[in-house]
Amino acid sequence: MDAVFKALADPTRRKLLDQLYLHNGQTLGELCKHLDMTRQAVTKHLTVLEAANLVVTVWQGREKLHYLNPIPIQEIYDRWLNKYERRQLNALGELKRTLEDNTKETEHG
Amino acid sequence: MDRPTFVYVTYIATSLEQLWDALTSEAFTQQYWGEGQLQSDWQVGATVQHINPDGEPNWQGEVLQSEPPHRLAYSFQPLDATENQPSRVQFELQQYGTLVKLTLIHNRLDAQSCLTISRKWTASLSHLKHLLEIADGLALVA
Repeated sequence: MDAVFKALADPTRRKLLDQLYLHNGQTLGELCKHLDMTRQAVTKHLTVLEAANLVVTVWQGREKLHYLNPIPIQEIYDRWLNKYERRQLNALGELKRTLEDNTKETEHG
Repeated sequence: MDRPTFVYVTYIATSLEQLWDALTSEAFTQQYWGEGQLQSDWQVGATVQHINPDGEPNWQGEVLQSEPPHRLAYSFQPLDATENQPSRVQFELQQYGTLVKLTLIHNRLDAQSCLTISRKWTASLSHLKHLLEIADGLALVA
């Protein structure tokens, strides 16, 4: 679980996860288009995300595709969220999203 | 072949055989799906049905691959959707030290099914991990 929090504690890595959330299954080249960084730097960040099991890869022919793997996040959710309060928390989350009109990660830092 | 719609990986402290049994047993699918269960004899070419708690089928598919305890794949289609190409789900089970690595690959999901199924799978897999590891008397979170 330390690896998950360490991996999430970096804005570039969160941005990579955001990109995969929008379009799952991207190649390294496709991911690099959204970031002002060298291929090597992006590869390093992806390695950290893979070590935390937040990103998983599959080969499709000669393409290596990256997928957002939400299982570790689900485990965090399961650990601290009581199952009886999930509906209320979902309602509050929905309320916040509606009022803030999908505030972007960049505005929150 | 299209790119997979999503890929999930989880590591579970259990054995290949127990995980295979969990993924295929009626009692266990009922327990971890929360509602309804999967029915099939899990032979290649056999039908897979998801039966809701009222005993009615929700969706149906066909077993495409069955290599216990390593690989299981089946197609997946709502009963009212006759025109769409069926979705496909594939489970791969690999020993990973003392853990079992479970990879779930889903192909050809439309956007709406993707949203609902993705949430369901994530919760189900987490629940499955929980059940198998509690059964072994191991801690849920390392």
